[in-house]
Amino acid sequence: MPVKRTDKTPMPVREPEMRARDFDEVNEGYCFSHAMFEAERCLRCQDPVCIDGCPVRVPIADFMHAIAAGNMPKASEILRTANPLAAICGRVCPQESQCELKCHMTKRFGPVAIGHLERFVSDWEMEQPVNEEVLEPWRDEKIAIVGSGPSGLVCAGELARMGYHVTVYEALHAPGGVLRYGIPEFRLPNNILDWEIDSLRRLGVEFINNVIIGKTIQLEALFGEMGYSAVFIGTGAGLPKFMGIPGESLNGVYSANEFLTRINLMQAFEFPRAETPLKVGKRVAVIGSGNTAMDAVRSALRLGAEHAMVVYRRSENEMTARIEEYEHAIEEGVEFHWLTNPIEVLGEDGWVTGLKCMRMELGEPDESGRARPVPIEGSEFVFPVDNVVLSIGTRPNPLLSKATPGLKTHSWGGLLVDERQVEQQQ
Amino acid sequence: MVKIVEKRQLTPITKLYRVEAPLIAKAASAGQFVIVRVREGGERIPLTITDYDREKGLLTIVVQEVGATTRRLGRLEEGEEILDMVGPLGEAPEIPAGGHIVGVGGGYGSAALLCLMRELKDRGEKTTIIMGAREKDLLILSDELGEICDNVEICTDDGSAGFKGFVTERLQELIDGAGPGRPDYVIAIGPMPMMRAVEKTTRAAGIANTASLDPLMIDGTGMCGGCRVTIGGEVKFACVDGPFFDAHEVDFDEAVSRSKMYVKEEQQAAACQRTTAGAS
Repeated sequence: MPVKRTDKTPMPVREPEMRARDFDEVNEGYCFSHAMFEAERCLRCQDPVCIDGCPVRVPIADFMHAIAAGNMPKASEILRTANPLAAICGRVCPQESQCELKCHMTKRFGPVAIGHLERFVSDWEMEQPVNEEVLEPWRDEKIAIVGSGPSGLVCAGELARMGYHVTVYEALHAPGGVLRYGIPEFRLPNNILDWEIDSLRRLGVEFINNVIIGKTIQLEALFGEMGYSAVFIGTGAGLPKFMGIPGESLNGVYSANEFLTRINLMQAFEFPRAETPLKVGKRVAVIGSGNTAMDAVRSALRLGAEHAMVVYRRSENEMTARIEEYEHAIEEGVEFHWLTNPIEVLGEDGWVTGLKCMRMELGEPDESGRARPVPIEGSEFVFPVDNVVLSIGTRPNPLLSKATPGLKTHSWGGLLVDERQVEQQQ
Repeated sequence: MVKIVEKRQLTPITKLYRVEAPLIAKAASAGQFVIVRVREGGERIPLTITDYDREKGLLTIVVQEVGATTRRLGRLEEGEEILDMVGPLGEAPEIPAGGHIVGVGGGYGSAALLCLMRELKDRGEKTTIIMGAREKDLLILSDELGEICDNVEICTDDGSAGFKGFVTERLQELIDGAGPGRPDYVIAIGPMPMMRAVEKTTRAAGIANTASLDPLMIDGTGMCGGCRVTIGGEVKFACVDGPFFDAHEVDFDEAVSRSKMYVKEEQQAAACQRTTAGAS
């Protein structure tokens, strides 16, 4: 078969002027001919290294072949077997630093658009008739999953396929964890998440919302009186970090978690029809450069900010967001202030009025291997802003480990597990 | 969904609900709270647990209608259901044993003291409650609290019942030796200005004082950080580190300012609710 040496097929997107005003999905998805053309770009390598770049080892080349041959049921089956959340991963995985980084096409022509094709297959699947029959577990053992974020969902799906009774406990009123409260609908629409969760329900997985393990039910009770043979703890990294600079508790300062939760989980963009409010002023500064920062800053634009800015102490090269989110943010008019470190949030009458920053320059590499940002003496200046959103990372949520004395943790809050990275014995 | 098995109107704007919430009732301790949501698209709001019955699996909450969500909740009747309820959240307060423990409750705050004072009484403490309201008809649960506590001090602004004046004035009299006498420990639950005034009174008298803070919250698990309060110069999350904090260490200026963040939006939501209610 001839190999088509062409560039990566671009993802069709909605016009920036239009999409920056609403929360509808930005990417429109490939059409069938796009997808077949793109799948044909796959070189059918003898040694498909792309699979090494995938944390769940999706047999990428195989589903590429199936798409190229127009055999969608087969592509879907291959993909679904390896990745129960393909519709989500196709949208939010950082492919450029995983599978697509390894692709042999990457250097000369740009990688095969593995992520876009993963999404294409899932979108096709969603249009197929659904078998409403719920799979009955055939094993006796019950397994509890704590937290319905990405890891909990995947684990639930795998275990249900193995025949176990699986119950997923979620603290919030809707399942999905960070996929629900964190990632905005313009990147991951709720109906996609709902569809994935419904597929898990059909595998027999039971979802129970509004239960906090460690508060409503203790971990010991899951093993004891409730009779679970095993518990998967997927409580995630849901504790926002603050910078510890003056002014962080002023009105108008949000953690990215709070900012995004108000929008995504609580639908603040429909206020007052939805009753959870959010204050978004004309000038919004988001601190950080990860995907969450991009989500927050682009949400701010959509909620009417005239100047939505990213403020980051390192440079563009050290930015951690997916390249696609960064490009979309630029197209939509987000302003980027690199090598700029906030040192104080300024306020008046309890409300944010400005963000005092220092200019930075890059020095020697630090422990993360990235160039260390060093403040430039006397470079202090003030951005006038109405909101500051802190998106500088999160830590493991300590609620369960605090409530369960026998559960051992690292000093940074992560659970200690055995050498297989799996188990903690009680 | 949580079913309402009993509803009592305590004042024109204060309602008591007993609801079927066996898991929460089983796990609850005095001083903890729940978060509820009343309808799709509705807010998540924290409500203090007034009482719990582990055997029957019932939880008691008291709601004062102040905003769109609490008004919507207040319209629910026996047999109807509350959409979402999660808890128990927060930590129970650690009240030192021995001595005279005085609970000061303002408005619906008295309800939050109910099971807390009973636990203290059961522990063998000498207990007094000072409860205040604008007028007699706005006092809540005074009979129930009267049965639990050794002493009940009722205060009304207009003198229609008990002591005429603020709870802090009566508290000062106790400190000075009146009635059941000087407190060794004070628990304040109520509106922010009241807790602030209580703190001022106990600080001057050198009496230990804990206060139950109820800042704005969303998830209640420490995930959003919206409920942050500054305690002794350190940022704490009221949902997981609280809701009880050493009142003498609380930055009340900040807490008051943060509690007013959405005053305008609350009015907007209430106006929208009235419009839609009128249309339906």
